[in-house]
Amino acid sequence: MTTTHSAEADAPEFPMPRAARCPFDPPPEAKAKQEEGPLARVRLWDGRTPWLVTRYAEQRALMADPRVSSDIRRPGYPSPAPVTGEGSKISFILMDDPEHARLRRMVTAPFAVRRVAAMRPAIQKIVDDLIDEMLAGPKPVDLVEAFALPVPSLVICELLGVPYSDHDFFQDNSKVMIRQTTAVEQRQAAIGALAAYLDELVGAKLTEPGDDLLSGLASRVEAGELTRAEAAQMGVLLLVAGHETTANMIALGTLALLEHPEQLARLRDTDDEKLVSTAVEELLRYLNITHNGRRRVATEDIEIAGETIKAGEGIILANDIGNRDPEVFADPDRLDVGRDARRHIAFGFGVHQCLGQSLARLELQVVYSTLYRRIPTLRAATELDEIPFKHDGAVYGVYELPVTW
Amino acid sequence: MKVVVDEDRCCGAGSCAMVAPEVFDQREDDGIVVLLDAEPTDGLRATVREAADLCPAGAITLGDA
Ligand code: HEM
Repeated sequence: MTTTHSAEADAPEFPMPRAARCPFDPPPEAKAKQEEGPLARVRLWDGRTPWLVTRYAEQRALMADPRVSSDIRRPGYPSPAPVTGEGSKISFILMDDPEHARLRRMVTAPFAVRRVAAMRPAIQKIVDDLIDEMLAGPKPVDLVEAFALPVPSLVICELLGVPYSDHDFFQDNSKVMIRQTTAVEQRQAAIGALAAYLDELVGAKLTEPGDDLLSGLASRVEAGELTRAEAAQMGVLLLVAGHETTANMIALGTLALLEHPEQLARLRDTDDEKLVSTAVEELLRYLNITHNGRRRVATEDIEIAGETIKAGEGIILANDIGNRDPEVFADPDRLDVGRDARRHIAFGFGVHQCLGQSLARLELQVVYSTLYRRIPTLRAATELDEIPFKHDGAVYGVYELPVTW
Repeated sequence: MKVVVDEDRCCGAGSCAMVAPEVFDQREDDGIVVLLDAEPTDGLRATVREAADLCPAGAITLGDA
Protein backbone atom coordinates (compact mmCIF):
# COMPACT_ATOMS: atom_id res chain seq x y z
CA MET A 1 0.00 0.00 0.00
CA THR A 2 2.68 2.47 1.05
CA THR A 3 4.67 1.83 -2.10
CA THR A 4 1.64 2.59 -4.27
CA HIS A 5 0.99 5.79 -2.36
CA SER A 6 4.53 7.07 -2.70
CA ALA A 7 4.54 6.00 -6.36
CA GLU A 8 1.51 8.19 -6.86
CA ALA A 9 3.01 11.10 -4.94
CA ASP A 10 6.25 10.90 -6.94
CA ALA A 11 4.51 10.35 -10.27
CA PRO A 12 6.25 12.35 -13.00
CA GLU A 13 4.27 14.59 -15.29
CA PHE A 14 2.91 13.11 -18.50
CA PRO A 15 3.31 13.68 -21.41
CA MET A 16 7.07 13.85 -20.92
CA PRO A 17 9.37 16.07 -22.98
CA ARG A 18 11.55 14.69 -25.77
CA ALA A 19 15.28 15.31 -25.70
CA ALA A 20 16.11 18.51 -27.58
CA ARG A 21 18.50 16.92 -30.07
CA CYS A 22 16.44 13.76 -30.67
CA PRO A 23 13.14 14.81 -32.27
CA PHE A 24 12.46 11.28 -33.57
CA ASP A 25 12.97 9.47 -30.27
CA PRO A 26 10.45 9.07 -27.45
CA PRO A 27 11.11 10.99 -24.21
CA PRO A 28 14.18 9.64 -22.36
CA GLU A 29 12.24 9.65 -19.09
CA ALA A 30 9.60 7.36 -20.61
CA LYS A 31 12.30 4.98 -21.84
CA ALA A 32 13.80 4.99 -18.34
CA LYS A 33 10.40 4.00 -16.90
CA GLN A 34 10.26 1.16 -19.39
CA GLU A 35 13.61 -0.13 -18.19
CA GLU A 36 12.45 0.01 -14.58
CA GLY A 37 9.33 -2.06 -15.18
CA PRO A 38 6.17 -2.62 -17.20
CA LEU A 39 3.97 -0.36 -15.04
CA ALA A 40 4.46 3.10 -13.56
CA ARG A 41 2.33 5.96 -12.33
CA VAL A 42 2.27 9.33 -14.06
CA ARG A 43 0.62 12.67 -13.33
CA LEU A 44 -1.70 14.34 -15.82
CA TRP A 45 -2.59 18.01 -16.35
CA ASP A 46 -5.55 17.64 -13.97
CA GLY A 47 -3.56 16.00 -11.17
CA ARG A 48 -4.80 12.48 -11.85
CA THR A 49 -2.26 9.67 -11.59
CA PRO A 50 -3.16 6.92 -14.06
CA TRP A 51 -1.01 3.87 -14.79
CA LEU A 52 1.54 4.15 -17.56
CA VAL A 53 2.06 0.83 -19.29
CA THR A 54 5.55 0.86 -20.76
CA ARG A 55 6.18 -2.47 -22.49
CA TYR A 56 4.89 -3.99 -25.70
CA ALA A 57 3.58 -7.29 -24.26
CA GLU A 58 1.52 -5.68 -21.50
CA GLN A 59 0.32 -2.92 -23.83
CA ARG A 60 -0.93 -5.39 -26.40
CA ALA A 61 -2.57 -7.56 -23.76
CA LEU A 62 -4.40 -4.63 -22.17
CA MET A 63 -5.53 -3.06 -25.45
CA ALA A 64 -7.13 -6.41 -26.34
CA ASP A 65 -8.67 -6.90 -22.87
CA PRO A 66 -12.47 -6.50 -22.66
CA ARG A 67 -12.10 -5.22 -19.07
CA VAL A 68 -10.35 -2.16 -20.48
CA SER A 69 -12.66 0.61 -21.70
CA SER A 70 -12.20 3.42 -24.24
CA ASP A 71 -15.28 5.25 -22.98
CA ILE A 72 -14.37 8.85 -22.23
CA ARG A 73 -17.67 9.25 -20.32
CA ARG A 74 -16.37 6.99 -17.50
CA PRO A 75 -15.13 8.99 -14.50
CA GLY A 76 -11.61 7.49 -14.33
CA TYR A 77 -10.80 8.10 -18.00
CA PRO A 78 -7.36 9.74 -18.27
CA SER A 79 -8.29 12.50 -20.64
CA PRO A 80 -5.36 14.19 -22.45
CA ALA A 81 -7.06 17.60 -22.22
CA PRO A 82 -10.16 19.15 -20.64
CA VAL A 83 -13.44 17.88 -22.05
CA THR A 84 -16.95 19.17 -21.54
CA GLY A 85 -18.31 15.64 -21.42
CA GLU A 86 -21.26 16.08 -23.72
CA GLY A 87 -22.01 12.41 -24.21
CA SER A 88 -23.95 12.83 -27.42
CA LYS A 89 -21.04 14.43 -29.21
CA ILE A 90 -18.48 11.64 -29.16
CA SER A 91 -17.61 9.28 -31.99
CA PHE A 92 -17.03 5.53 -31.78
CA ILE A 93 -13.30 5.83 -31.10
CA LEU A 94 -14.36 6.80 -27.54
CA MET A 95 -17.08 4.16 -27.09
CA ASP A 96 -17.09 0.48 -26.09
CA ASP A 97 -18.67 -2.52 -27.76
CA PRO A 98 -21.43 -3.23 -28.58
CA GLU A 99 -22.13 0.48 -29.34
CA HIS A 100 -18.67 0.87 -30.90
CA ALA A 101 -18.92 -2.25 -33.07
CA ARG A 102 -22.37 -1.31 -34.37
CA LEU A 103 -21.12 2.05 -35.62
CA ARG A 104 -17.66 0.92 -36.78
CA ARG A 105 -19.15 -1.87 -38.90
CA MET A 106 -21.25 0.65 -40.80
CA VAL A 107 -18.11 2.26 -42.22
CA THR A 108 -15.66 -0.64 -42.39
CA ALA A 109 -16.30 -1.90 -45.93
CA PRO A 110 -14.75 1.08 -47.79
CA PHE A 111 -11.51 0.58 -45.78
CA ALA A 112 -11.20 -3.16 -46.51
CA VAL A 113 -7.88 -4.25 -47.99
CA ARG A 114 -9.14 -5.09 -51.49
CA ARG A 115 -11.36 -2.01 -51.77
CA VAL A 116 -8.44 0.20 -50.78
CA ALA A 117 -6.02 -1.55 -53.15
CA ALA A 118 -8.29 -0.55 -56.04
CA MET A 119 -7.57 3.09 -55.20
CA ARG A 120 -3.86 2.76 -56.00
CA PRO A 121 -3.97 4.31 -59.51
CA ALA A 122 -6.04 7.26 -58.26
CA ILE A 123 -3.63 7.85 -55.35
CA GLN A 124 -0.60 7.55 -57.66
CA LYS A 125 -2.11 10.22 -59.89
CA ILE A 126 -2.77 12.56 -56.97
CA VAL A 127 0.85 12.13 -55.83
CA ASP A 128 2.30 12.61 -59.33
CA ASP A 129 0.21 15.71 -60.02
CA LEU A 130 1.24 17.35 -56.75
CA ILE A 131 4.91 16.62 -57.44
CA ASP A 132 4.52 18.12 -60.95
CA GLU A 133 3.11 21.27 -59.39
CA MET A 134 5.89 21.43 -56.82
CA LEU A 135 8.58 21.03 -59.48
CA ALA A 136 7.00 23.76 -61.58
CA GLY A 137 6.71 26.17 -58.64
CA PRO A 138 9.17 28.28 -56.64
CA LYS A 139 11.62 26.81 -54.12
CA PRO A 140 12.14 26.39 -51.29
CA VAL A 141 8.60 25.22 -50.66
CA ASP A 142 6.83 24.01 -47.52
CA LEU A 143 6.43 20.27 -48.04
CA VAL A 144 3.57 20.13 -45.51
CA GLU A 145 1.40 22.61 -47.36
CA ALA A 146 2.40 21.69 -50.90
CA PHE A 147 2.32 17.93 -50.56
CA ALA A 148 1.98 16.19 -47.19
CA LEU A 149 -1.41 17.65 -46.31
CA PRO A 150 -3.00 17.72 -49.81
CA VAL A 151 -2.30 14.02 -50.55
CA PRO A 152 -4.40 12.49 -47.74
CA SER A 153 -6.93 15.36 -47.84
CA LEU A 154 -7.66 14.75 -51.52
CA VAL A 155 -7.90 11.00 -50.95
CA ILE A 156 -10.23 11.15 -47.93
CA CYS A 157 -12.43 13.81 -49.60
CA GLU A 158 -12.90 11.53 -52.59
CA LEU A 159 -13.72 8.55 -50.39
CA LEU A 160 -16.12 10.42 -48.11
CA GLY A 161 -17.69 12.68 -50.73
CA VAL A 162 -16.47 15.93 -49.14
CA PRO A 163 -15.67 18.80 -51.57
CA TYR A 164 -11.89 19.36 -51.49
CA SER A 165 -12.49 23.03 -52.25
CA ASP A 166 -13.48 23.37 -48.57
CA HIS A 167 -10.04 22.23 -47.42
CA ASP A 168 -9.02 25.48 -45.73
CA PHE A 169 -12.10 25.24 -43.53
CA PHE A 170 -11.73 21.63 -42.44
CA GLN A 171 -7.94 21.62 -42.18
CA ASP A 172 -7.96 24.72 -39.95
CA ASN A 173 -10.64 23.29 -37.67
CA SER A 174 -8.91 19.89 -37.48
CA LYS A 175 -5.71 21.62 -36.45
CA VAL A 176 -7.45 23.46 -33.59
CA MET A 177 -9.26 20.29 -32.56
CA ILE A 178 -6.17 18.14 -32.15
CA ARG A 179 -3.78 20.70 -30.71
CA GLN A 180 -3.42 19.74 -27.06
CA THR A 181 -2.98 23.34 -25.91
CA THR A 182 -6.27 24.50 -27.44
CA ALA A 183 -8.66 26.00 -24.85
CA VAL A 184 -11.79 23.91 -24.16
CA GLU A 185 -14.17 26.46 -25.66
CA GLN A 186 -12.05 26.73 -28.78
CA ARG A 187 -11.93 22.97 -29.19
CA GLN A 188 -15.69 22.72 -28.71
CA ALA A 189 -16.18 25.45 -31.31
CA ALA A 190 -13.97 23.66 -33.84
CA ILE A 191 -15.72 20.32 -33.28
CA GLY A 192 -19.06 22.09 -33.49
CA ALA A 193 -18.15 23.79 -36.76
CA LEU A 194 -16.98 20.49 -38.29
CA ALA A 195 -20.08 18.64 -37.04
CA ALA A 196 -22.38 21.32 -38.49
CA TYR A 197 -20.49 21.14 -41.79
CA LEU A 198 -20.74 17.33 -41.95
CA ASP A 199 -24.38 17.46 -40.90
CA GLU A 200 -25.13 19.75 -43.81
CA LEU A 201 -23.25 17.44 -46.18
CA VAL A 202 -25.15 14.39 -44.93
CA GLY A 203 -28.35 16.37 -45.50
CA ALA A 204 -27.31 17.14 -49.07
CA LYS A 205 -26.52 13.44 -49.70
CA LEU A 206 -30.02 12.53 -48.51
CA THR A 207 -31.50 14.34 -51.48
CA GLU A 208 -28.65 13.82 -53.93
CA PRO A 209 -26.77 10.63 -53.07
CA GLY A 210 -23.46 9.84 -54.72
CA ASP A 211 -21.16 6.85 -54.71
CA ASP A 212 -19.35 7.83 -51.53
CA LEU A 213 -19.17 6.95 -47.84
CA LEU A 214 -21.27 9.88 -46.61
CA SER A 215 -24.04 8.91 -49.05
CA GLY A 216 -23.91 5.43 -47.55
CA LEU A 217 -24.37 6.93 -44.10
CA ALA A 218 -27.19 9.15 -45.37
CA SER A 219 -29.08 6.11 -46.63
CA ARG A 220 -28.69 4.51 -43.18
CA VAL A 221 -30.13 7.66 -41.64
CA GLU A 222 -33.08 7.32 -44.01
CA ALA A 223 -33.48 3.68 -43.04
CA GLY A 224 -33.55 4.66 -39.36
CA GLU A 225 -30.37 2.75 -38.48
CA LEU A 226 -28.52 5.87 -37.50
CA THR A 227 -29.37 9.37 -36.33
CA ARG A 228 -28.22 12.27 -38.45
CA ALA A 229 -26.09 13.51 -35.52
CA GLU A 230 -24.35 10.11 -35.31
CA ALA A 231 -23.70 10.19 -39.04
CA ALA A 232 -22.22 13.69 -38.82
CA GLN A 233 -20.06 12.66 -35.84
CA MET A 234 -18.68 9.70 -37.77
CA GLY A 235 -18.02 11.99 -40.69
CA VAL A 236 -15.96 14.30 -38.44
CA LEU A 237 -13.93 11.36 -37.08
CA LEU A 238 -13.18 9.97 -40.54
CA LEU A 239 -12.35 13.34 -42.07
CA VAL A 240 -9.99 14.38 -39.26
CA ALA A 241 -8.38 10.95 -38.71
CA GLY A 242 -8.16 10.51 -42.46
CA HIS A 243 -5.87 13.40 -43.23
CA GLU A 244 -4.08 14.64 -40.09
CA THR A 245 -2.31 11.37 -39.31
CA THR A 246 -1.13 10.43 -42.79
CA ALA A 247 -0.02 14.02 -43.46
CA ASN A 248 2.24 13.85 -40.42
CA MET A 249 3.67 10.50 -41.47
CA ILE A 250 4.52 11.94 -44.90
CA ALA A 251 6.29 15.07 -43.64
CA LEU A 252 7.93 13.61 -40.52
CA GLY A 253 8.83 10.42 -42.41
CA THR A 254 10.52 12.46 -45.11
CA LEU A 255 12.47 14.44 -42.54
CA ALA A 256 13.53 11.24 -40.74
CA LEU A 257 14.74 9.80 -44.04
CA LEU A 258 16.61 12.98 -44.93
CA GLU A 259 18.36 12.66 -41.57
CA HIS A 260 19.20 9.00 -42.38
CA PRO A 261 20.50 9.35 -45.95
CA GLU A 262 21.63 5.72 -46.22
CA GLN A 263 18.06 4.57 -45.46
CA LEU A 264 16.63 7.11 -47.90
CA ALA A 265 19.00 5.79 -50.59
CA ARG A 266 17.79 2.21 -50.08
CA LEU A 267 14.21 3.32 -50.60
CA ARG A 268 14.99 5.59 -53.54
CA ASP A 269 17.07 3.04 -55.41
CA THR A 270 14.70 0.10 -55.22
CA ASP A 271 12.02 -1.39 -57.47
CA ASP A 272 11.16 -3.89 -54.79
CA GLU A 273 7.59 -3.34 -53.57
CA LYS A 274 8.41 -5.49 -50.57
CA LEU A 275 11.14 -3.14 -49.41
CA VAL A 276 8.75 -0.21 -49.84
CA SER A 277 6.18 -1.89 -47.63
CA THR A 278 8.71 -2.89 -44.94
CA ALA A 279 9.92 0.72 -44.98
CA VAL A 280 6.37 1.95 -44.35
CA GLU A 281 5.93 -0.40 -41.38
CA GLU A 282 9.34 0.57 -40.00
CA LEU A 283 8.63 4.29 -40.23
CA LEU A 284 5.25 3.77 -38.56
CA ARG A 285 7.03 1.92 -35.74
CA TYR A 286 9.97 4.27 -35.44
CA LEU A 287 7.99 7.51 -35.53
CA ASN A 288 4.81 6.33 -33.77
CA ILE A 289 3.11 9.68 -34.35
CA THR A 290 0.22 9.06 -31.92
CA HIS A 291 2.74 9.91 -29.22
CA ASN A 292 0.59 10.58 -26.17
CA GLY A 293 -0.49 6.99 -25.63
CA ARG A 294 -3.79 5.18 -26.05
CA ARG A 295 -6.12 6.22 -23.21
CA ARG A 296 -8.23 3.68 -21.34
CA VAL A 297 -9.93 2.97 -18.01
CA ALA A 298 -10.27 -0.37 -16.18
CA THR A 299 -13.84 -1.58 -15.63
CA GLU A 300 -12.76 -4.44 -13.32
CA ASP A 301 -9.69 -5.20 -11.24
CA ILE A 302 -6.93 -6.47 -13.52
CA GLU A 303 -3.91 -8.40 -12.30
CA ILE A 304 -0.94 -7.74 -14.51
CA ALA A 305 2.82 -7.88 -14.09
CA GLY A 306 2.47 -8.41 -10.35
CA GLU A 307 0.28 -5.34 -9.83
CA THR A 308 -3.46 -4.78 -9.61
CA ILE A 309 -5.01 -2.13 -11.80
CA LYS A 310 -8.19 -1.39 -9.88
CA ALA A 311 -11.60 -0.95 -11.44
CA GLY A 312 -12.04 2.71 -12.31
CA GLU A 313 -8.34 3.51 -12.61
CA GLY A 314 -6.99 5.20 -15.71
CA ILE A 315 -4.50 3.46 -18.00
CA ILE A 316 -2.18 4.96 -20.61
CA LEU A 317 -0.67 2.55 -23.12
CA ALA A 318 2.45 4.34 -24.34
CA ASN A 319 2.72 2.75 -27.78
CA ASP A 320 5.62 5.03 -28.75
CA ILE A 321 7.91 3.28 -26.26
CA GLY A 322 6.14 -0.05 -26.83
CA ASN A 323 7.39 0.20 -30.39
CA ARG A 324 10.92 0.72 -29.05
CA ASP A 325 10.76 -2.28 -26.68
CA PRO A 326 14.05 -4.21 -27.07
CA GLU A 327 12.24 -7.46 -26.17
CA VAL A 328 10.36 -7.22 -29.46
CA PHE A 329 12.48 -5.10 -31.81
CA ALA A 330 16.24 -5.68 -31.79
CA ASP A 331 18.24 -2.47 -31.56
CA PRO A 332 14.93 -0.59 -31.37
CA ASP A 333 16.25 2.96 -31.70
CA ARG A 334 17.81 2.24 -35.08
CA LEU A 335 15.80 3.13 -38.20
CA ASP A 336 16.19 0.19 -40.59
CA VAL A 337 13.81 0.25 -43.56
CA GLY A 338 14.54 -3.41 -44.30
CA ARG A 339 13.51 -4.78 -40.91
CA ASP A 340 10.29 -6.72 -40.42
CA ALA A 341 8.34 -4.34 -38.18
CA ARG A 342 4.82 -5.52 -38.99
CA ARG A 343 4.10 -6.33 -35.32
CA HIS A 344 4.29 -2.65 -34.41
CA ILE A 345 1.41 -1.06 -32.52
CA ALA A 346 1.48 2.34 -34.21
CA PHE A 347 -2.13 1.67 -35.27
CA GLY A 348 -3.02 0.53 -31.75
CA PHE A 349 -4.32 -2.96 -30.93
CA GLY A 350 -7.66 -4.47 -29.90
CA VAL A 351 -11.02 -3.66 -31.46
CA HIS A 352 -10.16 0.03 -31.81
CA GLN A 353 -7.16 -0.68 -34.01
CA CYS A 354 -7.01 1.90 -36.77
CA LEU A 355 -9.87 1.54 -39.21
CA GLY A 356 -7.99 3.45 -41.91
CA GLN A 357 -4.75 1.44 -41.68
CA SER A 358 -4.94 -0.13 -45.15
CA LEU A 359 -5.56 3.25 -46.69
CA ALA A 360 -2.76 4.87 -44.68
CA ARG A 361 -0.37 2.08 -45.70
CA LEU A 362 -1.22 2.46 -49.38
CA GLU A 363 -0.88 6.25 -49.33
CA LEU A 364 2.50 5.97 -47.62
CA GLN A 365 3.70 3.25 -49.99
CA VAL A 366 2.83 5.39 -53.00
CA VAL A 367 4.38 8.52 -51.47
CA TYR A 368 7.62 6.94 -50.23
CA SER A 369 8.16 5.08 -53.51
CA THR A 370 7.51 8.16 -55.66
CA LEU A 371 8.65 11.38 -53.97
CA TYR A 372 12.37 10.60 -53.53
CA ARG A 373 12.69 9.03 -56.97
CA ARG A 374 11.12 11.93 -58.73
CA ILE A 375 13.10 14.48 -56.68
CA PRO A 376 16.34 12.63 -55.94
CA THR A 377 18.11 15.75 -54.68
CA LEU A 378 15.34 16.65 -52.23
CA ARG A 379 16.73 18.21 -49.05
CA ALA A 380 15.62 20.30 -46.10
CA ALA A 381 16.05 24.02 -46.73
CA THR A 382 16.69 24.74 -43.06
CA GLU A 383 18.54 23.31 -40.06
CA LEU A 384 16.95 20.57 -37.99
CA ASP A 385 16.77 22.80 -34.91
CA GLU A 386 14.84 25.44 -36.87
CA ILE A 387 12.02 23.04 -37.70
CA PRO A 388 8.86 23.41 -35.56
CA PHE A 389 7.84 20.01 -34.19
CA LYS A 390 4.31 19.29 -32.97
CA HIS A 391 5.24 18.68 -29.35
CA ASP A 392 1.79 19.97 -28.36
CA GLY A 393 -0.15 17.88 -30.88
CA ALA A 394 -2.33 14.84 -30.23
CA VAL A 395 -0.50 13.61 -33.32
CA TYR A 396 3.24 14.26 -33.63
CA GLY A 397 4.82 15.72 -36.72
CA VAL A 398 6.17 18.99 -38.07
CA TYR A 399 4.17 22.18 -38.55
CA GLU A 400 6.24 23.01 -41.60
CA LEU A 401 9.12 21.56 -43.53
CA PRO A 402 10.83 23.88 -46.02
CA VAL A 403 12.47 21.80 -48.74
CA THR A 404 14.46 22.46 -51.86
CA TRP A 405 16.23 20.37 -54.54
CA MET B 1 -3.32 -26.69 -39.84
CA LYS B 2 -6.98 -25.83 -39.08
CA VAL B 3 -8.21 -22.24 -39.05
CA VAL B 4 -11.31 -20.97 -37.25
CA VAL B 5 -12.54 -17.38 -37.40
CA ASP B 6 -14.95 -15.60 -35.08
CA GLU B 7 -17.03 -13.09 -37.04
CA ASP B 8 -18.50 -11.58 -33.88
CA ARG B 9 -15.08 -10.67 -32.54
CA CYS B 10 -13.72 -9.41 -35.88
CA CYS B 11 -13.29 -5.63 -36.15
CA GLY B 12 -12.45 -5.59 -39.85
CA ALA B 13 -8.94 -4.17 -39.42
CA GLY B 14 -7.88 -6.28 -42.41
CA SER B 15 -4.47 -7.47 -41.17
CA CYS B 16 -5.28 -11.07 -42.07
CA ALA B 17 -6.34 -10.18 -45.61
CA MET B 18 -3.13 -8.16 -45.94
CA VAL B 19 -0.68 -10.90 -44.89
CA ALA B 20 -2.52 -14.03 -46.06
CA PRO B 21 -4.94 -13.12 -48.87
CA GLU B 22 -5.00 -16.79 -49.97
CA VAL B 23 -6.73 -17.67 -46.71
CA PHE B 24 -8.60 -14.56 -45.55
CA ASP B 25 -10.83 -12.02 -47.28
CA GLN B 26 -13.36 -9.42 -46.11
CA ARG B 27 -17.11 -9.30 -46.71
CA GLU B 28 -18.25 -6.79 -49.32
CA ASP B 29 -20.92 -5.16 -47.17
CA ASP B 30 -19.19 -4.72 -43.81
CA GLY B 31 -15.52 -5.68 -44.10
CA ILE B 32 -15.82 -8.60 -41.64
CA VAL B 33 -13.53 -11.61 -42.13
CA VAL B 34 -14.29 -14.33 -44.69
CA LEU B 35 -12.37 -17.58 -44.34
CA LEU B 36 -11.41 -18.76 -47.82
CA ASP B 37 -9.49 -21.85 -46.77
CA ALA B 38 -10.06 -23.56 -43.42
CA GLU B 39 -7.21 -26.03 -43.94
CA PRO B 40 -4.37 -24.19 -45.65
CA THR B 41 -1.37 -26.12 -46.94
CA ASP B 42 1.90 -26.32 -45.02
CA GLY B 43 3.41 -23.71 -47.30
CA LEU B 44 1.04 -21.11 -45.82
CA ARG B 45 1.71 -22.02 -42.19
CA ALA B 46 4.00 -19.09 -41.43
CA THR B 47 1.79 -16.41 -42.96
CA VAL B 48 -1.37 -17.79 -41.35
CA ARG B 49 0.41 -17.80 -37.97
CA GLU B 50 1.40 -14.20 -38.55
CA ALA B 51 -2.19 -13.30 -39.48
CA ALA B 52 -3.45 -14.83 -36.23
CA ASP B 53 -0.77 -13.03 -34.23
CA LEU B 54 -1.52 -9.68 -35.86
CA CYS B 55 -5.30 -9.93 -35.48
CA PRO B 56 -6.12 -7.11 -33.03
CA ALA B 57 -9.41 -8.68 -31.99
CA GLY B 58 -8.19 -12.24 -31.37
CA ALA B 59 -10.68 -13.47 -33.94
CA ILE B 60 -8.44 -16.14 -35.52
CA THR B 61 -7.79 -19.47 -33.80
CA LEU B 62 -5.37 -22.07 -35.12
CA GLY B 63 -5.38 -25.78 -34.42
CA ASP B 64 -3.69 -28.93 -35.67
CA ALA B 65 -5.41 -30.60 -38.57
C1 HEM C 1 -0.42 6.77 -40.65
C2 HEM C 1 -1.60 7.13 -40.39
C3 HEM C 1 -2.42 6.71 -39.20
C4 HEM C 1 -2.05 6.39 -37.92
C5 HEM C 1 -0.64 6.34 -37.33
C6 HEM C 1 -3.27 6.07 -37.20
C7 HEM C 1 -3.31 5.67 -35.88
C8 HEM C 1 -4.44 5.25 -35.21
C9 HEM C 1 -4.47 4.70 -33.88
C10 HEM C 1 -3.28 4.50 -32.97
C11 HEM C 1 -5.76 4.39 -33.59
C12 HEM C 1 -6.26 3.71 -32.31
C13 HEM C 1 -6.89 4.63 -31.35
C14 HEM C 1 -7.10 3.96 -29.99
O1 HEM C 1 -6.93 2.75 -29.85
O2 HEM C 1 -7.38 4.66 -29.03
C15 HEM C 1 -6.55 4.77 -34.73
C16 HEM C 1 -7.92 4.65 -34.81
C17 HEM C 1 -8.66 5.09 -35.88
N1 HEM C 1 -8.19 5.56 -37.10
FE1 HEM C 1 -6.26 5.80 -37.61
N2 HEM C 1 -4.33 6.22 -38.04
C18 HEM C 1 -3.86 6.60 -39.27
C19 HEM C 1 -4.59 6.85 -40.41
C20 HEM C 1 -5.95 6.78 -40.48
C21 HEM C 1 -6.72 7.03 -41.68
C22 HEM C 1 -6.16 7.35 -43.06
C23 HEM C 1 -8.02 6.91 -41.34
C24 HEM C 1 -9.15 7.05 -42.32
C25 HEM C 1 -10.30 7.50 -42.09
C26 HEM C 1 -8.08 6.57 -39.92
C27 HEM C 1 -9.23 6.37 -39.17
C28 HEM C 1 -9.26 5.88 -37.88
C29 HEM C 1 -10.49 5.61 -37.15
C30 HEM C 1 -11.91 5.79 -37.68
C31 HEM C 1 -10.12 5.12 -35.90
C32 HEM C 1 -11.03 4.69 -34.75
C33 HEM C 1 -11.22 3.21 -34.78
C34 HEM C 1 -12.06 2.68 -33.64
O3 HEM C 1 -12.15 3.31 -32.58
O4 HEM C 1 -12.66 1.60 -33.81
N3 HEM C 1 -6.80 6.50 -39.45
N4 HEM C 1 -5.72 5.26 -35.72
